[in-house]
Amino acid sequence: MSNPATAQIHKDASQERQKRMIAEHFHRLAQAPDTGHKCAYTFVPGNLTELLRTFDVLPVLPEINALQSGMRGRSRDYIALAEKLGHSEDVCTYVKCDVGMLHSGNVGPTGERLPRPDLLLLSYTGCFTFMKWFEILAQEYECPVVMLHVPYQGDGRITDAMRRYVVDQLRRKVIPMLEKVSGKAYDEDLLRQHLARSAQAETDLVAVLEAAKHRPSPIDAYFGGVYYIGPIFTAFRGTQDAIEYYRELRAEVEERMRAGKGPVTPEGELEHEKYRVVVEGPPNWTSFRQFWQMFVDEGAVVVASTYTKVGGVYDNGFRHDPARPLETLAEYCMGCYTNLDLPTRVAMLSRYVQEYSADGFLINSVKSCNSFSAGQLMILREVEKRTGRPGGFIESDLVDPRYFSASNIKNRLESYFQMIEQKRSSGAGT
Amino acid sequence: MSSSELDRLLADAEHLYRDLTFQSVRDWKRRTGGLAIGYMPVYVPREILHAQGCLPVGVLGGGEDLEIIRGDAFYQSYICHIPRSTIELGLNGALDCLDGMLFPATCDVIRNLSGMWRMQFPDKFVHYLDVPQDFDPQVGGTFYEHELQSIAAALAARGAKPLRDDALAASIAVFDTHRDAVEALYTLRREQPWKVPTHELYLLLRAGMLLPVEEHVPLLRRYRELVLADAARRPMDQARVLLTGSFCEQPPLGMIKTLERAGCYIVDDDFVPVHRWIRGRVARGGAPMRDLVGAFLESGVPSAIRYAEHGGKGDDVVARVRECGAEGVVFCAPSFCDPALLDQPMVVRAIERAGIPWTAFKYSENTGQFQVIREQAGTFADSIKLWSTV
Ligand code: SF4
Ligand code: SF4
Repeated sequence: MSNPATAQIHKDASQERQKRMIAEHFHRLAQAPDTGHKCAYTFVPGNLTELLRTFDVLPVLPEINALQSGMRGRSRDYIALAEKLGHSEDVCTYVKCDVGMLHSGNVGPTGERLPRPDLLLLSYTGCFTFMKWFEILAQEYECPVVMLHVPYQGDGRITDAMRRYVVDQLRRKVIPMLEKVSGKAYDEDLLRQHLARSAQAETDLVAVLEAAKHRPSPIDAYFGGVYYIGPIFTAFRGTQDAIEYYRELRAEVEERMRAGKGPVTPEGELEHEKYRVVVEGPPNWTSFRQFWQMFVDEGAVVVASTYTKVGGVYDNGFRHDPARPLETLAEYCMGCYTNLDLPTRVAMLSRYVQEYSADGFLINSVKSCNSFSAGQLMILREVEKRTGRPGGFIESDLVDPRYFSASNIKNRLESYFQMIEQKRSSGAGT
Repeated sequence: MSSSELDRLLADAEHLYRDLTFQSVRDWKRRTGGLAIGYMPVYVPREILHAQGCLPVGVLGGGEDLEIIRGDAFYQSYICHIPRSTIELGLNGALDCLDGMLFPATCDVIRNLSGMWRMQFPDKFVHYLDVPQDFDPQVGGTFYEHELQSIAAALAARGAKPLRDDALAASIAVFDTHRDAVEALYTLRREQPWKVPTHELYLLLRAGMLLPVEEHVPLLRRYRELVLADAARRPMDQARVLLTGSFCEQPPLGMIKTLERAGCYIVDDDFVPVHRWIRGRVARGGAPMRDLVGAFLESGVPSAIRYAEHGGKGDDVVARVRECGAEGVVFCAPSFCDPALLDQPMVVRAIERAGIPWTAFKYSENTGQFQVIREQAGTFADSIKLWSTV
């Protein structure tokens, strides 16, 4: 480890830039009631950021608010409040966290109040709960709602009928609603410009993520990865800021790679990469640092993760294509990770294990999320079978601290890494 | 004579309900040589399968009698019960008689199960039936029609009859009579709940998961005739309730009986909803496929799994309460059922606004202890009766 004090003081230029971008975005949101800026609440998977930008509408992403509440230690109270209001203990805690936050003044992660939505843009991609979530929000807000139903890749592919269905909804429902809410006419050329910028940033993001194929990996593609995906998954796809952020990040990561450095962790740089693992499933947010530290303590680096694909899968070659603006948005929505069928998810994980030379893979199964979790035990066995590398299984939750048992998880991780060690000494695996 | 015929009819229905080997489906296949196609809750347009000479077979999990041996290794404890019992039935060979399975877009659990099925049973026909949440005929309708055509083509490729317009029109007509027969029983129960105890009605609905529609319709009609003629069935002092939330994983039969014994007349419910998913008959006028699609778009019942396009969540439940003369609502959902449990607070809000009393509990298809439910339902029924007399 390098000196933690120095490591904490030193922030890469890209980090500083991201912090500034986020602060500015939330400030713009807070000012929206005064400036008249229109806001749409929408979701990360299947977000239509470029399209919203075309109408100068600002996105608010309830999942991001929920995870930020988790990281800031607020989710426990928010969830308790939602349960008191009648929401079941069994359902997704993002929803309850959001409901609790809403009933506690709707103060966002930067401490400023979030504006009420001018539009609820329900992009139903990869998760059924999204639909229920927006039905709940529709009861809270007197504002228009527009739905974009994104069909699931049940056969592991996108058919023409699926693409047409999404494009038709964009053309006949979403765009007219955005025109109405914003008072602006749809400008397809402007959309193309945003999409072209998206594609540039996406290429740099992929380079960053694929840097983890190098030994030692210069990044942690899960705990560190969630920071890297921030801008592109949220409000910034299609912006010049995002282009610059990813260009800068890529340069920093490539520099680390050239210098043979490991990833930067909360405790400083990881100097000795002992284990390389692939992770499936979202992280826990309430004990995010502690969770990461458990990996760091073992010398484990996450070299690829599926969670960093929930807001878009780009490492399979997909890029937003300005030549086909609505079709490309449709394909983007349908390609998000949780919209992929299980055989495709298994194939993707197996590919990661092999291409990133991982010692094994871990599933963090979160109680909240059926979309991710239902079927993960089968995924575990299938990926083990296909790759011959050991799989591990831990359980936690996204933002409900009641379901993060540090001692249990630590024990499981320790046994898991011991198992890898044993396999190594017996000559099995890599 | 009638009462023993009724007993026999119900015993046969219960036998079908408890037969986890799907013997009736095996017999049908032996008789006809047709394809048997399973489907998970909540809704698939059975008319298409019927028109292609296939037997639609409802797979509603393993219920209360199935011992789960391998299914638990597929699911974490915080996922509902029906997928694990369904996998169990797949692994223990019970579903070998099925030539394929349809997994409708009910929720993320059933959606993901479609992929698991594909991996576990690579030789079987598996289709995830995506249903539109956009109800515009030009948009969602076009997509849905394409979905149905692709299922029909895939079945034909597996040996079913190619889908023809005249056959589909005839099948729609057959299922219209089925919808009528089901509705006639619901109406009778609403008007004279003592004639149609819900645990009996439920067994009949379940029989419709396995029997060909041509056998199920006469069964429903005969039951109705027999109970109407049964003078021993007399009114009791029970509270009229609407039960909601049980549209996918089904409660054990014992739980329904418990609710009735605790003093409730269930006068409306959403059990086995495939039978009542389309309200009334399919409006005719165009090509049969278009008509079927139109019925789904325009006459589909409001449900937790159907997007409430125009808001007003829960208003449908209030309207149903009024229509069936219920005095209270029982929310009765499977544990960990996202759609039902996420829906519940919205519906509660609407029914509270309308001043309708309610109670709620959760179950699992294999729940064996009903004591707590009995007490809760009993107290609820008593409080309703008390209020209705003051
Ligand atoms: S169920 Fe999963 S994907 Fe859906 S909102 Fe919750 S965490 Fe997100
Ligand atoms: S019981 Fe609920 S969560 Fe479970 S499969 Fe059925 S609809 Fe989905």
